[in-house]
Amino acid sequence: MGHVPNPRPAGDFRTSYIGDNALFKTRFEGKAALGIVLALVIAAPFLSNYVLSQLIVISIYSIAALGLNILVGVTGQISLGHGAFFGFGAFASAWIVNSFGIPALIAIPLAGLLTTAVGMIFGVPAARIKGLYLAIATLASQFILEDFFARAEWFSGGVYGALAERPTFFGFIFDTDLSYFYLVLFWVVASIVAVTNLLRSRDGRALVAVRDHYLSAEIMGVNLTKYRILSFGISSFFAGLAGALFAHYLEFVSVEGFTILLSIQFLAMIIIGGLGSVYGTILGAIFVLLLPQVMEGAATSAAGLFPALETGKAYIKEMSVGAAIILFLIFEPEGLIHRWRVIRASWKLFPFAR
Amino acid sequence: MNSELLLQLLLNGIIVGMLYGVVAMCFVLIYKSTQVVNFAQGEFLVLGGWVCLSLVIQMGLPFFLAFLFTLVFMAIFGIVVQQIILRPLIGEPIISVIMVTIGLSIFMQSLMNWVFGNDAKRFPDIFGSLSVISIGGLNVETAYVMSLVLSLVIMAVFYFFFRFTRHGLAMRATAFNQQIAQSLGISVKQTFAMAWAISALVSGVAGVVMGIVSAVSNSLAFVGIKVFPAVIVGGLDSIVGAVVGGLIIGVLENLAEFIDGEYLHIGNLYTIAPFYVLIIILMIKPYGLFGTKDIERI
Repeated sequence: MGHVPNPRPAGDFRTSYIGDNALFKTRFEGKAALGIVLALVIAAPFLSNYVLSQLIVISIYSIAALGLNILVGVTGQISLGHGAFFGFGAFASAWIVNSFGIPALIAIPLAGLLTTAVGMIFGVPAARIKGLYLAIATLASQFILEDFFARAEWFSGGVYGALAERPTFFGFIFDTDLSYFYLVLFWVVASIVAVTNLLRSRDGRALVAVRDHYLSAEIMGVNLTKYRILSFGISSFFAGLAGALFAHYLEFVSVEGFTILLSIQFLAMIIIGGLGSVYGTILGAIFVLLLPQVMEGAATSAAGLFPALETGKAYIKEMSVGAAIILFLIFEPEGLIHRWRVIRASWKLFPFAR
Repeated sequence: MNSELLLQLLLNGIIVGMLYGVVAMCFVLIYKSTQVVNFAQGEFLVLGGWVCLSLVIQMGLPFFLAFLFTLVFMAIFGIVVQQIILRPLIGEPIISVIMVTIGLSIFMQSLMNWVFGNDAKRFPDIFGSLSVISIGGLNVETAYVMSLVLSLVIMAVFYFFFRFTRHGLAMRATAFNQQIAQSLGISVKQTFAMAWAISALVSGVAGVVMGIVSAVSNSLAFVGIKVFPAVIVGGLDSIVGAVVGGLIIGVLENLAEFIDGEYLHIGNLYTIAPFYVLIIILMIKPYGLFGTKDIERI
C-alpha cells in the first residue's frame, strides 16, 4: 500500500502532539463538519422524499464503506466479501428482532456485534496470508456466506427472505423517511467520529504500521495477527451495522441482494473516494451511488439522437461503475479526496500554485 | 451406491476439469509473466464464444473461418487491454491491479449483455455434436469428446511453446526475472503483450468449446470464478499446477454433487464445495501443490 500524500498548506504548523492528534486538524474543519451536520438536520424536513431516500441510502453505504476503508485503506488488507458481511448484518438484525423480540433499535448495533464475530472468523486466514491470496480467500467467504443465507432458513428465512420492521422508540415509530433519516444520520456521525478517533489512537497507528511495513511493525512490538484480525472485526462491525440499518429501512431482506457486485461496489467507493480517508469514503459513496443515475439521465436525454441508447440504459448504468473504477485507477489513483486537497492547497497558495 | 452414475459424473468431472485447467493455465500465464491477477478471465472466455457465434449466425461464415477470425480478434483484444488498462498500473499496489481487472470484468459483462443479449444461444449443429458415443459402457456426447481432445491439444501446444520456441523461452526468462531478461535483450513490453494475447486467445478457444458443448451465454463467466479454487490448489504460478488444479476441482464438484444427491441432500453443494476446499487449502498449504513459496527477507 503506497503512501498517501497529503499536501498541507504553508503556515499550517503543528506545534504540539496534542495538536497533531486533534479530532479536527483546524478549527475551520471542526466548524465545517458541525455545519454540514446541522444543515442536514435543519434542511431535512424540507427535502422531497426522493432526496431523503437518496440521502439515507448514501449514508448507509457510507457506513459500510467506512468499515471497508479501515480494512483496505488503513490496514492494507483486501476483502472481496464485504457485501456478504453487509448482508449478514441485515439478516442478523431481522433474526434478532423476529426470534427474540428485542427492539430493533437495540438489535441494530447487536447485529453489528454479531457480524464482527463472523468477520473475525473469516479474517483468520489473514493471519497467515496476504495480498492476492487473501483476496481470493475473502472471495470464497463471499460465496460461502451467500450460500448460507439461501440455506439457513432458521436464520434468514431461506429463499423467502425475512421481514424487518421499522424501529420504535417508546411508542414513536421511525416509519417515515424523515424520521429514519435522523436515525441513520446519528449512526453516520457516530461512525465517523469513532473511526476518526480510532485513527489517532495507538491501535489506529498500529494498523497503519501493519499496512506500511509489517515487518518493521512486528519488530516495534505490534502483534500482527491480532491487528489483522482486529481490522477484519472492525470492518465487519460497520458492515453489519449498515446492513441492519438497510434491512430496517427496506423492511424486507432478500437473499439476492448481497452478491459479489455489492462487494465490488463498496471497493469502488473507497478507491474512487480515496483509500484510508474518512471523508473520501463519503465522497466515494456519493459518487458511486449517484453516477448510475446521472448516466441514466444522460442516456435518456441522448436517446433522442441515438435511439439505441433507450434500450441500453440499464447496461449503461452498470458499465459506468466499471468504467469509473478503471478510469480512476489510471488517472486519479488517490481518489477524489486527493483532488480536493490539491484544490484546497492551490486556493490557499494562490499565486504560487497551479 | 449407484456406481454407474458415479462413473458418469467422474467422467464429466474430468472433461469439465480439463476445460477449467485450460482457463486456469491462461490465468497463471498472465499472473506468472506480468504479476497481474485477471478477474476478467471468465469474461474473455464469454467474449470469444459470442464473437464466434455471431460470426457464424449473423455473418453466415463457415465455422472454421469464424473460428480463425475469433482467434485473431481475441489476440488483438488481449493486447489492447494490456496496453490501455494494465500498462499504466505497472508497479502500483496489488489492490489497484485487482480492482482494475474487476472493473474491466463488470464493464465487459454489462457491455456483452447489451450487445449480445441476455439469452443463451446455441451454435448450429456443426459436428453432429449432439450424437452420443459410448466409451466403456458410458454414454458421452461427441462435443464432450471433442472438448477433451481440444483441451489436450492446447496443453500440448503450451508445453511445446514454452519448452522449444524462442518466444517461449523469452517469456519464461521474463517470468523468472524481468531485469535480467531485459539486459539479455528481451523486450519485456513485447513479452507482456504476448502473454495477454495468448491468454485471451486461448480463453476465447475455451469459450467457443464451452459454447459448442452447452450454449453461449453470459453465465459462462462463472468459469472465471471457478478458476480461483483451481489455481490455488495447483499453486498460483505453476502451469502444471493449473492443469492439475483444474482437474481436481472438476472432479471434486461432480463428486460433491454425487455425495449430495445420494446421501446428504443439502442441495447446491456442486457450486459451493470448491470454495470450502479453497479455504482449507489456504489455511494448510497456501502456496498450493506446485507453487513456489514466497520467502521474504528483512
